[in-house]
Parts: sequence; C-alpha cells; structure tokens
Amino acid sequence: MAAIPWVSDLSREIKERFGDRIVETSTYLGQNFIVVKPDAAIPVMEYLKLEADFDYLVDVTAVDWPKRAERFDVVYILYSFARNERVRIKTYVPDGFKPETAVGVHLTANWLEREVFDMFGIEFDGHPDMRRILLPEEWQGYPLRKDYGILQQDDRWVQENLNIESGQ
Amino acid sequence: MPDATFLDSTELVLNMGPQHPSTHGVLRVILKLDGEKVLGTDCVIGYLHRGVEKIAENRTFAQFNPYVDRMDYVAAVSNGLGYCLAVEKLLNVEAPPRAQAVRVILTELNRIASHLVWLGTHALDIGAITPVFYCFREREEALKIFEKYCGARLTTHAFRIGGLLYETYDGFEQDVRDFCAMFGPKVDEYEELLTNNRIWVSRLKGVGILSAEECKEYGVTGPVLRAAGVKWDLRKAQPYSGYEKYDFEIPTAQNGDTYDRYIVRMQEMRQAVRIIEQAVAAIPEGPIMGKVGKVIKPAVGEAYVSIEAPKGELGYYVVSDGSTQPYRCRVRPPSFVNLQALDRMVRGGLVADVVAIIGTIDIVLGEVDR
Repeated sequence: MAAIPWVSDLSREIKERFGDRIVETSTYLGQNFIVVKPDAAIPVMEYLKLEADFDYLVDVTAVDWPKRAERFDVVYILYSFARNERVRIKTYVPDGFKPETAVGVHLTANWLEREVFDMFGIEFDGHPDMRRILLPEEWQGYPLRKDYGILQQDDRWVQENLNIESGQ
Repeated sequence: MPDATFLDSTELVLNMGPQHPSTHGVLRVILKLDGEKVLGTDCVIGYLHRGVEKIAENRTFAQFNPYVDRMDYVAAVSNGLGYCLAVEKLLNVEAPPRAQAVRVILTELNRIASHLVWLGTHALDIGAITPVFYCFREREEALKIFEKYCGARLTTHAFRIGGLLYETYDGFEQDVRDFCAMFGPKVDEYEELLTNNRIWVSRLKGVGILSAEECKEYGVTGPVLRAAGVKWDLRKAQPYSGYEKYDFEIPTAQNGDTYDRYIVRMQEMRQAVRIIEQAVAAIPEGPIMGKVGKVIKPAVGEAYVSIEAPKGELGYYVVSDGSTQPYRCRVRPPSFVNLQALDRMVRGGLVADVVAIIGTIDIVLGEVDR
C-alpha cells in the first residue's frame, strides 16, 4: 500500500493558495500529510493556524536521508482541536540549509526545534535561542545523523569533563 | 564609598537542582530572583539522556519494545501501548478484542499508579507527609497485578506488537475487581486529607496559572490542559484500543491553577476505576495475538500514533524503510513539552511556588531527556 492523493476541501484550498510551493498532498494509512518547498513550511503552518484552526503544534522532528541531495526531512505535526484532525507538514532541506523557525507561529516550537538542532545540526533561522538542549553545549557532532555511529561519542568532551577515558 | 557588593544588586541568580529532591529527578532550574519573586528561569535538562531514539534505529522493531518502558518509568505500560499501536499502524494490523481489553485494564491501572506517584511526591513537596505513604500502599496493589501478569513491576514490557504475549493468569479478573473495590474509597481518603485542607488550598490556589490559550500555544496536554477548561482527551477524541466502548467522563476544571490540576487528576483516578470495572466485566474470549509474522517488517512509510498517557499526549512517529529496524523512531514526550511552559507558570510568583509548580506539571525526567 502506498500513499494516495489526499483530496479534500482543505487540500484544495492550500494548493490554490500556495500553488507550486506545494509539492504533494497525500494520505498514508489514513494520515494526511503535505509536502512543501522549504520556504513554504511556515506560511502554510500560519495559514492552517489562522484559517483552518490547526492551533496545536504537536511535534517538530527530522529524518536523515544521507544519500539524498536534500538530506533532511523536517516534519511538523499539527492538530486542530476544533476539527479533531491531524496533518503533517513535511519539507526536504539540504545539509547546511537554515529553515525558518516556527516560534513565531507556535511558541512550543522553541524547545522542539532546539532538540532538532541538537540531534541533527539543523539550525533554524530566526530562532530566539538556538542552543543545544539535551547534550552539553560544547559537544561536537549530531547523534541522530545516520553517519554518527551508535558507539560514537565526543571523546574529548568525555575526557575533559568526566575524567574518564571513554564512556563505553 | 565602599566597593559595590552583590547585595547592592536586587537580582540574584539561584541554582536549583539537578540534585534537589523537589525536582523529581535530575532537572536543573536556574532561577533569576528579585527577593523571593521569580523574574525568569532557564531549565537545564539532558542529564538522563540515553539516546533512546538512536538506540531504536539499531534494534529491530520487537527488540526496541522494552526500551520505551525506560522513558516514563512510572507509566511504563502506557509507553509500551503507544509504541505497539504505532508499529501496528505501520503493519496495518489491529490487536484482537481480548488483547485490547486487557491492554485497557493494565493501562488504566498504570494511570492510577502514575497519578499516585504524582500525588504522593507532590504532597510531600508541599509539606504534607502523610499522603505519600497512603499512595505507595495502594500503588503496591496495582504493581502486584503487573507482577503477577508479566513478572515485572516497574518496566513491565507487558504488551507485544500485535497483541499480548501472556494470557491472563488465573484469578486476574478477581484481583482487578478487588483492586477497584478497594481503591475507590481510598481516593475519598486522600481527598479528605487534602481537598479542603487549609494549608493545601492556600499553597495551591491561584498558583502557576496557565490559561487554555497558553496551553495550546505551548502544546501543553494532559491534566494541565484539562484543568484550564479544555475538554480534550485522546481516549475520547481519537479512541484507540477500544476506548470508545467504555463509558467515562473527561474531568475538567476552570482556573488552570495548581489546585485545579490536583482536582482533575483525582477525578481521573476515579474515572480510571470506572473504565477498569467496565473492561474487566466484559473481557472477550478469543486469541490474544493478531496476525503478525515472526519477523516484523512494515512496508516503506511512516505513521504518527499518539495516546493519552497519564502526563499528556504521548506520540510515536515511526518511519520504516522496509527493513526489520525502524529507520527513525521519534518519541513525542508529554513531559518534555509540558516542562517548557514552566517558565510562563513561575514568572512573577514566589520561589516556594516553583516547587509546587514543578510538582503539578508531573514530569518524569526519564521521559524529558530520553
């Protein structure tokens, strides 16, 4: 079973309004998602919030596809209390690209984007506080990238701060 | 003129935690104070980070199942349910009705156990010593049922992808019924100790208010959202595991303060008993495992599935590349997201209230840090 096109009033409205900045609107396993160009993610989110009651940003996360030219998926999961409906916004960005922050639309994006930065090294443009959140600030490397090994760590940080040869 | 000292400044930066009993684990909060008034905070988290999401990418779907219990370890059953449902969604299978009923019973028992840990420790933080002993006494009874069912008390690994591994033991229904009969009056007992207790009320009323609008802005869910007057519970809004079959209320309150969150959680425990009673009265016969192969290999694709965990919306965003291991398994932890609103809740309040507010968000650092 593959993803099938998502046909609804909402998907039509979004396509009309944002034109070719919408790459795809699909449904997989009954879950709707919109793939957009990187510069359209925040405008679409804002539109959904103001015009379609998607007032709750559930999650922001990323997926690493090292072999692809646009290396990362950045995924925003939205929910509407009024419609009782979820939708995902997905965008593909290359390594080093700085997507615009969602903090201006949903305050909850603050920590969620910091975690994406911490784990994937994706910096969000315009974020008020772009620091690591779970790992120590001086840590080198981004653990959830596929080229970061499961046993890999920042040896120098571990030696300097924990006074042990290795945490393994 | 003598040199200025730090006493000349009205602002003071105070460090709280990570080794502080009222932070419920290894949370460090840096407080900026003017006298006793809180001007702002910065949370330092990650002390308990174990890289759970990275581990997932290096285990098979089934192998990763026990790891999720280690996130919110006081509600391990809920964690397991969320993960199993997410993978089942990707596989496009559903657990059989019997498995669903048993899952509901155990998950609701776990909700009670989780709320009891919250109540005991929260009351202890405020200075009420007695409830913690009562709470742990009753929680023990719930844990005994887990132990008899699957051999573990805390990190249970009770469910498997596709259903259940273990059939219920002889006398399971009776144990659950006994628990329900015993537990209802106990909630009255806790309420007698606290609900109208003058010290309790004055420490909690009007403290750490978070309005419904602010909750939505910050993505705050669970009892905190319901205490602000939003009647929203995933068990009703998007039922899973057969919750639509049970008759229960969503307790709400109006003020969104610490006291209301206490009231909501107390009511939730009563509702949980109601759900368990209904579920145990009608556990269907039949198989306990759905049609899942020995090797779990979902088709290429992704799914987001979330459940109403005791602390709020717990979601799993699982991406499969068609292999036996998750390509990516993102956990949307309620504690992490709810903790972000701490700053908004404590600003302008007193230092002593910070303790009450951290307690009332009901965080588990294992889940915040993962």
